[in-house]
Amino acid sequence: MADSNFDVIVIGAGPGGYVTAIRAAQLGLKTAVVEREHLGGICLNWGCIPTKALLRSAEVYRNMHHAKEYGLSCEKPSFDLDAVIQRSRGVSKQLSGGVGHLLKKNKVTVITGEAKFDGPKKIVVEGKDKGTYTAKNYIIATGARARALPGLEADGKVVWDYKKAMTPDKMPKSLVVVGSGAIGIEFASFYHTMGADVTVVEIMPQIMPVEDKDVAGLAQKMMTKDGMKILTEAKVANLKRNADNVVVTVETKDGKKQELTVDRVISAVGVIGNTEGLGLETTKVKIDRNVIGTDEFSATAEPGIYAIGDVAGPPMLAHKAEHEGVICIEKIAGVKGVHPLDPRKIPGCTYCHPQVASVGLTEAKAKEAGYEVKVGKFPFIGNGKAVALGEAEGLVKTVFDAKTGELLGAHMVGAEVTELIQGFVVAMGLETTEEDLMHTVFPHPTLSEMMHESVLDAYGRAIHF
Amino acid sequence: MPVKVLMPALSPTMTEGTLAKWHVKEGDTVESGDVIAEIETDKATMEVEAVDEGKIGKILVAEGSEGVAVNEVIALLLEEDEDESALDGADTSAASTSGGDSASASEEKAPQAAEKPAASGGDKPAPAAPVSGGERIKASPLARRIAANEGVELSGVSGSGPRGRIVKRDVEAALSSKPAEKSAASGDAKSADAPAAAAPAASGWNPDLSGLPEYEEIPNSGMRKTIARRLTESKQQVPHFYLTVDCELDNLLATRKQLNEKAGEGVKISVNDFIIRAVSLALKKVPAANSIWTDTATLQCKQQDISVAVAIEGGLITPVVRDAGSKGLAEISTEMKALAGKARDGKLMPEDYQGGTFSVSNLGMFGIKEFSAIINPPQGCILAVGAGEQRAVVKDGALAIATVMSCTLSVDHRAVDGAVGAQFMAEFKKLIEDPLSMLL
Repeated sequence: MADSNFDVIVIGAGPGGYVTAIRAAQLGLKTAVVEREHLGGICLNWGCIPTKALLRSAEVYRNMHHAKEYGLSCEKPSFDLDAVIQRSRGVSKQLSGGVGHLLKKNKVTVITGEAKFDGPKKIVVEGKDKGTYTAKNYIIATGARARALPGLEADGKVVWDYKKAMTPDKMPKSLVVVGSGAIGIEFASFYHTMGADVTVVEIMPQIMPVEDKDVAGLAQKMMTKDGMKILTEAKVANLKRNADNVVVTVETKDGKKQELTVDRVISAVGVIGNTEGLGLETTKVKIDRNVIGTDEFSATAEPGIYAIGDVAGPPMLAHKAEHEGVICIEKIAGVKGVHPLDPRKIPGCTYCHPQVASVGLTEAKAKEAGYEVKVGKFPFIGNGKAVALGEAEGLVKTVFDAKTGELLGAHMVGAEVTELIQGFVVAMGLETTEEDLMHTVFPHPTLSEMMHESVLDAYGRAIHF
Repeated sequence: MPVKVLMPALSPTMTEGTLAKWHVKEGDTVESGDVIAEIETDKATMEVEAVDEGKIGKILVAEGSEGVAVNEVIALLLEEDEDESALDGADTSAASTSGGDSASASEEKAPQAAEKPAASGGDKPAPAAPVSGGERIKASPLARRIAANEGVELSGVSGSGPRGRIVKRDVEAALSSKPAEKSAASGDAKSADAPAAAAPAASGWNPDLSGLPEYEEIPNSGMRKTIARRLTESKQQVPHFYLTVDCELDNLLATRKQLNEKAGEGVKISVNDFIIRAVSLALKKVPAANSIWTDTATLQCKQQDISVAVAIEGGLITPVVRDAGSKGLAEISTEMKALAGKARDGKLMPEDYQGGTFSVSNLGMFGIKEFSAIINPPQGCILAVGAGEQRAVVKDGALAIATVMSCTLSVDHRAVDGAVGAQFMAEFKKLIEDPLSMLL
């Protein structure tokens, strides 16, 4: 090893880690990143990106089924599962290679192996680039993994975690998805569209529990109408694993039990931080239930050690990790005007069918926080572009502080909303009020016009509905 | 429709004032020009004259009310053909908001006093209103909205956003650092809606008061608040430097004695009058010292308007001897006496104290040997004058006794450099020590 002493060592090359490393290098710091598996981490290799590739295949397949509605013909659509998966893996591979190139371009040293602290001042790496490395600052960005509930542990055969669910050997005919957060509902959507008989089991009263009630409610309605089965306020009471199927006992809130015999079960009951095996017990870093304790600028209790992204706590989103990392390294480098990440301005996107996207407070949370709110809602049916697309179902909801006109939250369900939400994120970031949004010209004909209309509706001024 | 009597703006910078005294009561008949009330501003007490004849229908702001916003309706005047019934439902909304028919209608009847400062500035250009006042304040729309709702002046808030943009957190920080009674009230979500239009900008000064002995709380008058704000600004923002010289006074004292003996009744020239004269003449010789800094240009004033600090009850004020450079000692003396008298009676008019290109502060009468004064923005210099006292001096290699006065010039280095300040002080010293040259 030519060099083992750095200004910054980032542990983990997921979206949080590699972005932080590149920013550190841009700031003139001598930077290394340690990665045990793939550059790009879970997000790029086993998460966000490959699932988007799968869901794109599902979307095209869905559209093929609807070809007739558009005056087209597509007789008996079919698919080749291996090719679908191959495409998804290929996308990941391409992008992972891209990360390697970016790190090289920015002169970030990549250390391949598993890092472990040996006291707060050095790390020992096991693996290809075995050795002892030191840095003035360490940034832990080790991410998270699927949570395993007792009895629901993935076995790779009949009970799958997200990794297995992304690379199935064959299409299951029937499937139970446990958990309806972003990961669960995306898999449910994929397998349902590809023809499996899917049942979602969610313990909370609504699917996608963090989303606004109106939006999650409409999504659930649309999914149910499409043939997906959704059981809310329900839990898996028992799981009987057979050679090629599973008998799932689902208990609903009223105590009623039902048995479902399905080919496969996907466990998507959340993720937990990767805090183990890092030798953190040899430092003052504090860990509480797989979350590393940090201050607003990601500093841990040990001077010189920072933690960002999933391992530093929710929301466990790649873009949150990236921003947290950039803020952390800019603070370390003494960049002026660095402010902590405002969690309320972190958007969330779910790529099921229909798509769901949101930022800020839900109506319920806003009221809970004591705001007097003005709420605007605009349905897709009132939008020309949505009707032209044949996607006339959906909703754009906005929540304003009645007193100041502050946009507290925006919540959407329907076609392409994941690409729309950033408009509201920018608006919130720049602290616009309803007035500025009303004065903004949204191009016609676009789905984005519904964002304008929703704002107008909050003040009783919607034009097209 | 009853005529609205509005809280007048007695100076261009006035945003609020205290309604010190009503000279009329409801039902009184007034003629146009009658004094109906006294307003205490941050600088002085002013009389409000009726602009119409009629009967005082209703007094809306009680005597002694503090923080009355400019353009707030303070009373309603009934016109000749109106009786009390006309008061029902009369519009008492302030005229400050832009637009609105009622507002524009009542503006026509705004008291004449409001126009006075502008009129006085007409014949000679007012020396440099601070340019910063006209600068665009960068703030997010939400920050502006919250500031407007809560009555926070954005000019007093520092921005932490990109390129110093004021964002929500900055306004909230300014709000939370407001005085205790304010934040206590806002603990109740409902009372946070209470009109706060007249609330002054929070200075953010919130010292720890624990452990103090018993004290009497003296509410800050408008003048105290203005002194606090302006001098804090000055000391924080103006790069001060100081130049001290000792001036021998014996010649001046002798000249003064002769002059006063020869002068007629009522004229008594003071040492301070000599100093004002000397300052103006020195400024004429070194005009660069008569300068005011702005972000875009340094303004070199063509006339010597000397602000003279006068201690009055509850604070101080700086009436201005205009164009002192073209006035003789007797004229300066008479004018200064009148201004000081008006200042002590709280009767100075805005044109008496606004402007000024250079300040003089004299604490000699209190036996202060020397001190450094805080520059009075937007001016570039202030001269602090100590006591004339007998000191041992060395003259021609021998000890001698002379009456010596130490003077310290505080200088805004942005506008005036050290050499210029020193040149000014040398000229000043020369004039003081050779007072006959001042009489020319």
